[in-house]
Amino acid sequence: MYNPTVARLTYRALLGRRRALIMFALPALLIIIASVVRALVGPDDDVAAELLGGFALGAMVPLIGVVAGTGAIAPEIDDSSIVYVLAKPIPRSTIIMTKLVVAIGVTMAFSAIPTLIAGYILNNNSQQLAAAYAIATLIASIAYAAVFLLLGTVTKHAVVFGLVYALVWEALFGSLVPGARALSIQQWAQAVVEKVGRGDFITSEVSTATGAVLLVVVTVAATWYAMRRLRVLTLAGEE
Amino acid sequence: MTAIQIDRVSRWFGNVVAVNDITMTIGPGVTGLLGPNGAGKSTLINMMAGFLPPSSGSVTLDGAPIWRNEQVYKAIGLVPEREAMYDFLTGKDFVIANAELHGLGAAAAQKALATVEMEYAQDRKISTYSKGMRQRVKMASALVHEPSVLLLDEPFNGMDPRQRMHLMDLLRQMGAEGRTVLFSSHILEEVEQLAAHIEVIVAGRHAASGDFRKIRRLMTDRPHRYLVRSSDDRALAAALIADASTAGIELDWTEKALRIQAIDFTRFTELLPRVAREHGIRLYTVQPSDESLESVFSYLVAA
Repeated sequence: MYNPTVARLTYRALLGRRRALIMFALPALLIIIASVVRALVGPDDDVAAELLGGFALGAMVPLIGVVAGTGAIAPEIDDSSIVYVLAKPIPRSTIIMTKLVVAIGVTMAFSAIPTLIAGYILNNNSQQLAAAYAIATLIASIAYAAVFLLLGTVTKHAVVFGLVYALVWEALFGSLVPGARALSIQQWAQAVVEKVGRGDFITSEVSTATGAVLLVVVTVAATWYAMRRLRVLTLAGEE
Repeated sequence: MTAIQIDRVSRWFGNVVAVNDITMTIGPGVTGLLGPNGAGKSTLINMMAGFLPPSSGSVTLDGAPIWRNEQVYKAIGLVPEREAMYDFLTGKDFVIANAELHGLGAAAAQKALATVEMEYAQDRKISTYSKGMRQRVKMASALVHEPSVLLLDEPFNGMDPRQRMHLMDLLRQMGAEGRTVLFSSHILEEVEQLAAHIEVIVAGRHAASGDFRKIRRLMTDRPHRYLVRSSDDRALAAALIADASTAGIELDWTEKALRIQAIDFTRFTELLPRVAREHGIRLYTVQPSDESLESVFSYLVAA
């Protein structure tokens, strides 16, 4: 279910493109903000939860997920260079699984590590907030990568749709409309780590069990459908 | 022996029919798929390569369906028309990756790079390659597993004459080894030089099939039309109509020119300048008015 050559090509495509800059810029921004906040207000659990939940988990992870998830497959489909990978005796499911693993790995690396560092800068992991949010970003990375990888196999405008979902749905509706909040990867990930953090800093619209189940369902369904899409990928002629 | 069977295949995109009820078998040796741009050659190759399902009919490799069957790629090597590759890799890394995806190693990749004479540039990034170099690296990527079927979509595009000859030699050799080699082209001369067997596609239909000489004759024996302007159109017309190679001449008043229909192409091209010189007429314009491939092919379809 994993092909190292496909993985190598995907890593190089992901980290070699200009888009990859956003994956370095967002974590850097998070750490800078954390440092500034710490210097101005000192260690504060409320501020830490606000920043880690609102910015790190709420904006940074989905954005990195969009770049890594769609970037792992969409550009290759777009310019049809994916032909060289598909015209090989390798099951398409293996190609999807491999690209998913790479997208998850990249999203995790660029979101969990900076979140943990920012958490320590903000309040020295007081109330275990840094650990809880780092775990939440790890969990959310899996679901985001799967959803955005699927998006990359479905539409040419994967990045646009991905950004709309990440920014408009998760960030805007998610904070304004209560119903929308229940349908958000960010909320589900928070539900899972609710009990990791001490105190009542981490809350979610859904219960821990519901959040976990929904994350698994979404991840599995998205991956399954992406495999199906790749099996019937067509290349129309240039004529 | 490996053959691709195309059996009553049609493919449409919405209301547009790209391939219309085509039946053919592509067997060992070199086959040229000839047709004007937009005729449906790429659509047909995409179906043979497993990247497009036929809307009706079947495309099989020795009886096994090609669509949704990745096992066929053990036997098929594909050289797509599109330029895009993994441009951030070196040529060598790219071909090695292709070999690995077939479960082969660097030795197979090196052999393929040697076959296409790309070893000298193998350590450069693909993004720095010329069109001809890209074409050869694409070729190497398709040859790593020594496929028994090789499909090439417009492989000579962008190649200089020397590269073109080299690729032709290579394909000829592969055909002689008993491999099934199919390439598409919209240029008759290319196909004629390389393929003993030709399949002609026009507007999605299978227009002709067989030996290139037969097809060549069909193409050259048709009447040719010319637009000619000269210092004395009437005198020229009178002198030309006397010869058997000319079927009809019209004085076009709006264009201020002669429209000439020639039957014997070779004789007419020799006749026109001779007649003009003998009568002291200056030729200002000699323009074939139906030389576009589309008209050549449409004549073929009518034949």
